[in-house]
Amino acid sequence: MNRISRGFTGRRSASVDPARVPPGQYVTEDFPVLSAGPTPHRPLDSWSFTIQGEVDEPVSWTWEELRALPSETVTVDIHCVTKWSKLDTVWTGVSVDTLLEGVETSAEYVTAFSDGGYTTNLPLEDVIGGKAWVAFAYDDEPLDPEHGGPARLLVPHLYFWKSAKWVRGLELRTEDEPGFWEGYGYHNYGDPWQEQRYQGD
Amino acid sequence: MDGLDGNAIAGLLSDVFGAEMTTATGTCATCGAGGPLAETVVFLRAPGTVVRCRTCSGVMMVFVTVRETTCVDLRGLSNLGT
Amino acid sequence: MARAAIPGRLTWKAAEVVELVGETARAKSIALHLDDWPGHRAGQHVDVRLTAEDGYQAQRSYSIASAPEDGYLTLTVERLEDGEVSPYLVDVLEPGDELELRGPIGGYFVWEVALGGPLLLLAGGSGIVPLRAMLRHRAAADSTVPVRLLYSARTLDEVIYRDELVRISAFDEVDVRFTLTREWPEGWRGYRRRIDREMLAEVAWPAGERPLVYVCGPTAFVEVAASTLVDLGHEPGRIKTERFGAS
Repeated sequence: MNRISRGFTGRRSASVDPARVPPGQYVTEDFPVLSAGPTPHRPLDSWSFTIQGEVDEPVSWTWEELRALPSETVTVDIHCVTKWSKLDTVWTGVSVDTLLEGVETSAEYVTAFSDGGYTTNLPLEDVIGGKAWVAFAYDDEPLDPEHGGPARLLVPHLYFWKSAKWVRGLELRTEDEPGFWEGYGYHNYGDPWQEQRYQGD
Repeated sequence: MDGLDGNAIAGLLSDVFGAEMTTATGTCATCGAGGPLAETVVFLRAPGTVVRCRTCSGVMMVFVTVRETTCVDLRGLSNLGT
Repeated sequence: MARAAIPGRLTWKAAEVVELVGETARAKSIALHLDDWPGHRAGQHVDVRLTAEDGYQAQRSYSIASAPEDGYLTLTVERLEDGEVSPYLVDVLEPGDELELRGPIGGYFVWEVALGGPLLLLAGGSGIVPLRAMLRHRAAADSTVPVRLLYSARTLDEVIYRDELVRISAFDEVDVRFTLTREWPEGWRGYRRRIDREMLAEVAWPAGERPLVYVCGPTAFVEVAASTLVDLGHEPGRIKTERFGAS
C-alpha cells in the first residue's frame, strides 16, 4: 500500500464529465511532451508524405502539395497510455480519406512511419471513414516540433501513441506488423475505452 | 525537454539489474560505440523508458512496465559489462 | 557486476521532513530524517515519489545536497514554473510530513576525497546541488585537494548557497567564480555571460593537470561545457556529466 503524500494532487483537472474519461485516465490542462527519441528537425523543402506498400504506385505529396489539399479543423479528446487525457483539443489537417482517395489496395493494415524511425501499426479500417488525419496545426498554430511538427498522424479514437509524431507516410500492408511500442509489449490495437494498454489486455 | 542522461535512470537500472549500473559499460549494437551507461541519452517521458546511443542515436535499451512488471529489452546492446 | 558503494537493494522508505529552509525565491532545502539511512556518497541522488489520495503518482530524482558527514539528509529543490512535483515540495511540504524516497542512487557522478584531484566543478543553475555536497564533503574531511568551481546562474538572486560558497572561497585551495547570464548588480566583477571557450580556458585547470571534472546542470549547459573542455585538451574519461531536465 502506497503512502499518501499529504496535500499532493498533481496537475490535474478536477471537474470533468466522467463519461468523457476512459478508465484509468486523468484529465490534464497541460500538453505533456512524450518522446521515444530526439526531436527531428525536418526542413519543409525536404519533407514529403508517401502512401506506399500494397499499391500499384506509391503516391507522394510535397509540403506545398499537402497544404493545397482540402483540410479540416476538428475538436477531439486525446488519451495517452501514460494515463493523461486532454479534452477538446483542436487540430487542423488533411483527412487520411483524402489522401487515400483513388488509391486501390488489398491491404488491411497500415504502418505509419516517421522521421527518426518511429512506427506504429493500425488496421486500415481505423484510419478511414473520418477517423484519422495528417495534422499540421494545433490550436490554430503550426504544429510545434516537440508535438510532432511539421505534421503528425492524428487518430484520436485510439491511445495517442498511435498518432505518430513526425509522420512521413503510411505503408499499406496485407499483414500486420507491430510498430515501435507494440513490439515492446503495448497492445496491438489500443482502444482506451477497453483499456487496451498492454498485450493481453 | 528530455536530453537526459543515464544518471536519470540509475534507480530504474538498480531495480532491474539488482546493482549499481551507471558505471557499467554498454556497447551499442548499431554502431559499436561503448561507454558508461551514465553517458547514454535517456528519454523518460514516453510509454516506456528509451535509452539511446549518444553517438548514433540507436536504441540500446527499452524499459516498459507492464502491470507491475518491468520488462527490459536489451537487443540494442551488443555488450554490457563492468 | 558493478556493486553499489552502499550494499542493499533499493526500497521505498518514508523520510520525515525535519526542516525547510528557503535558499532563494524559488529554491528550498529540505532536511530529512530516516531511521535506517545507510549513508551516501557526495554526488548521489534519491528518487522521490508522491502519491495523491486517488492513487495518482509522480516520481522525480533529486540530488543530495548534504555531505555524507552532515547530520540530516538534505535535498535542495527549485520550483519549476510548470512543474508537477517541485511546487509541492517547495510550497506545500511542511515539517512533520512524510516523504517517500529511495536511495542513495548513483555510482558514476560521485566524488570522494580518496579520488583526489585537482577538482574542477562546473554548475549550471540547480546543477550546483550535487557539487555543493562534494564541497561540503571535502571540507568535512579536512581535505586540501585543490578545487575550482564555476557556477553559472541567471541572476545573483538565483545563486543557491551563495554565502556558503563565498565563505569557502576564502580558503587557499578553493577558487569559486560566478557567471551571471541575464542580469548582474552594478559593479559586478564576475563574468557576465553564458560559459564559453574563453571563460573555461581562464577558469579551468590546464589540461596537463588532469583534473577530475564534474559538470552538472541543464543539458545545453553540460554539452557546451563538456565539449569545450575536450577541445581544450581535457581527457573525456575524466569528465563526468549529469544533465538535469525540466520537470
